[in-house]
Amino acid sequence: MMMTSLRRSIRPEQIRELILVLVIIALVLFFGTQVEGYYSSRTFTRISTSIAILSVVAVGETLVFLTRNYDLSVGSIVGFTAFFIGTQLSFYKDIPPLVAVLMAVGTGALMGSFNGVLVAYGRVPAIIVTLGTMAIYRAMLVEYPGNKIVQMSALPAWAQEFSRVNVFQVGEFELRLIVGIALAVVIVFQLVLTYLPFGRRLYAIGSNPEAARIAGFPYQRIVFTAFVLSGALAGLAGFMFMGRFGNLTVVAALGMELQAVAAVVVGGTSTMGGVGSAFGTLLGASMIGLLDQSLLRWRLISEFWRDALLGLLILLAVASDRVIVERLRTLWARSELQLRPSIAPVPHKESVHGS
Amino acid sequence: MVHSTISLPQRFLNWLRSWEGLLLGLFLVVLTINSALVPAYLSVSNQVNLFILFIEKSIIALMMTFIIINGEIDLSVASLMGLSAGTMARLFELGAPSGLAVAAALCLGLICGAFNGFWVTVVGLPSLVVTLAGLIAYRGLVWVLVEDRSITTLPAWLCELGQKPLIGPFPLALLLFFGFAIIGYIILQYSGFGRLVYVIGINRDVARYSGVNVRRVKMILFIASGFIASLAGLLYAARLGAMRSSTAEGFELDIITMVLLGGVSIFGGSGSLRGVFLSILIILNLRNGMGLAYLSANVQTGVIGLLLILSVLVPNLVSSLRARMVRHRELTRALEMAESS
Repeated sequence: MMMTSLRRSIRPEQIRELILVLVIIALVLFFGTQVEGYYSSRTFTRISTSIAILSVVAVGETLVFLTRNYDLSVGSIVGFTAFFIGTQLSFYKDIPPLVAVLMAVGTGALMGSFNGVLVAYGRVPAIIVTLGTMAIYRAMLVEYPGNKIVQMSALPAWAQEFSRVNVFQVGEFELRLIVGIALAVVIVFQLVLTYLPFGRRLYAIGSNPEAARIAGFPYQRIVFTAFVLSGALAGLAGFMFMGRFGNLTVVAALGMELQAVAAVVVGGTSTMGGVGSAFGTLLGASMIGLLDQSLLRWRLISEFWRDALLGLLILLAVASDRVIVERLRTLWARSELQLRPSIAPVPHKESVHGS
Repeated sequence: MVHSTISLPQRFLNWLRSWEGLLLGLFLVVLTINSALVPAYLSVSNQVNLFILFIEKSIIALMMTFIIINGEIDLSVASLMGLSAGTMARLFELGAPSGLAVAAALCLGLICGAFNGFWVTVVGLPSLVVTLAGLIAYRGLVWVLVEDRSITTLPAWLCELGQKPLIGPFPLALLLFFGFAIIGYIILQYSGFGRLVYVIGINRDVARYSGVNVRRVKMILFIASGFIASLAGLLYAARLGAMRSSTAEGFELDIITMVLLGGVSIFGGSGSLRGVFLSILIILNLRNGMGLAYLSANVQTGVIGLLLILSVLVPNLVSSLRARMVRHRELTRALEMAESS
């Protein structure tokens, strides 16, 4: 009986997230013994700001993944918006911060909507569209008029300060504004995915596109919106990227789409759509950011092992999903069927009044 | 092949109206423009040169055609090129005999291909994710091997094979490409294995229930893809006479574009090596033409990306337009009949 109530209150996805949290804690404890001065506020700031940018991109990627699509252009969008806003700010120093943010988000959304139109209305597979736009947006960045480089010193004062602004500070411990923005994005989209009709429709479309279409869901509009939001979040991340690094070249955020996809997949979002959450993605991004930054500081192995380990991590995450979580899910469903005959495939007459 | 009663000229006309006919037209347009702008563009030496610049990608594109027709994808090929070149260069640098270094690199290609195949066929993960992980991980291994240096001491005979013509004006890589193209065409169109590649691509489940060993076919394809990618990596390093950790980075976009522009469906089950061959010719000449017009490599890649999207978008638009026209015609006919009765 206790097992049953436990099973009712916890879903397999939550067990997975719990495991991920435990792995992250284990990693932190492990690197704490390996890296000198690991538990310092400086390390925390470094790691948390790098996780922040990745998780904003990855949350957008999650929305697209939920609809059973991919967005491989986000790295180029982050790079382009960072470069675009950086260039604008170094020429027009009196652009207010809020307008700059809106410009970044708008540019990203515009690029995302181009993807969305082609995927949802042009019926071109997302992988083709975004492989193509990945190259196109990068080409736009390279060909952007100007001197191909943004320098921190040319930016207005507030932009130079942006990466050092704190939301709050307790003693040594600081929570940067960048991290605060990322947390806000994760919370907002977690709520959207859980409670808003739009969020639920993303899941419905991803778990069975055909059924969702037949059920009369505005399939095209929802997929389009998912791509626009993914682009907009990549734009926001581009702004954060610009603020964090200041000095930008044309290779800004090159390959970030791979990290974003990795974060999404490690965070438990299914590549077949319909399963996943913004919170899981935050955990995935945390794990990747943590590994990334910690391996840099770990003396025992060369930093060049980073990507090899990252690739392996993705495979393990997806494989464990396949093997463990799906088995758990079947187990859950089966026990649920035994408990409530009313939802069994062949209903009994008396069960209408029962349960 | 469907042997119908349609006459030969009629069949040729039908072919011209198909996607491949369109490609042929596009190819001729690009060729005409380029040769009008540049004297001696069509000379054998220029055409060979132009081919050689993209020969490794073209070789992999032939293999990728099999994979995509089969309903899978292999994004890890470019990283594997780097890994095989890196393995060979590093082993040779450490004093291994050149033959052993080359053999080890090719074996590694087989192993990595089998590794991809294992996750796809045995564990049952989508190949997009598996090979995306491969893309990251194999490139990561190159960094581990070579770090941020560049290796310029490669076996002399290998460089000679890569850079000097072997028969007439043709170097080894070009001969391999034409050899693979012919063998690949025969296997894909006329052998039982080729049929299975299509059948599985059209409907994996139906193929399995009909007794086709789906896993075996897919495994063979991924292993072959790994091997071809590592061979291409060696050829690439031999041609350049050097390698770095970023060797061949991002090549997968060009390769996949070559295949998809050739009329191969990303969902599997349809397409042919003829179309891919034509699209390779188009991309080569287009890139060359853009290079002659002083467009940067990144812009060229952008144009290729646009071409990739258009290659799927245009047929989609045409078919939906055609469907609308048919519906319209049927509607007017129904209205006319209703009026006359």
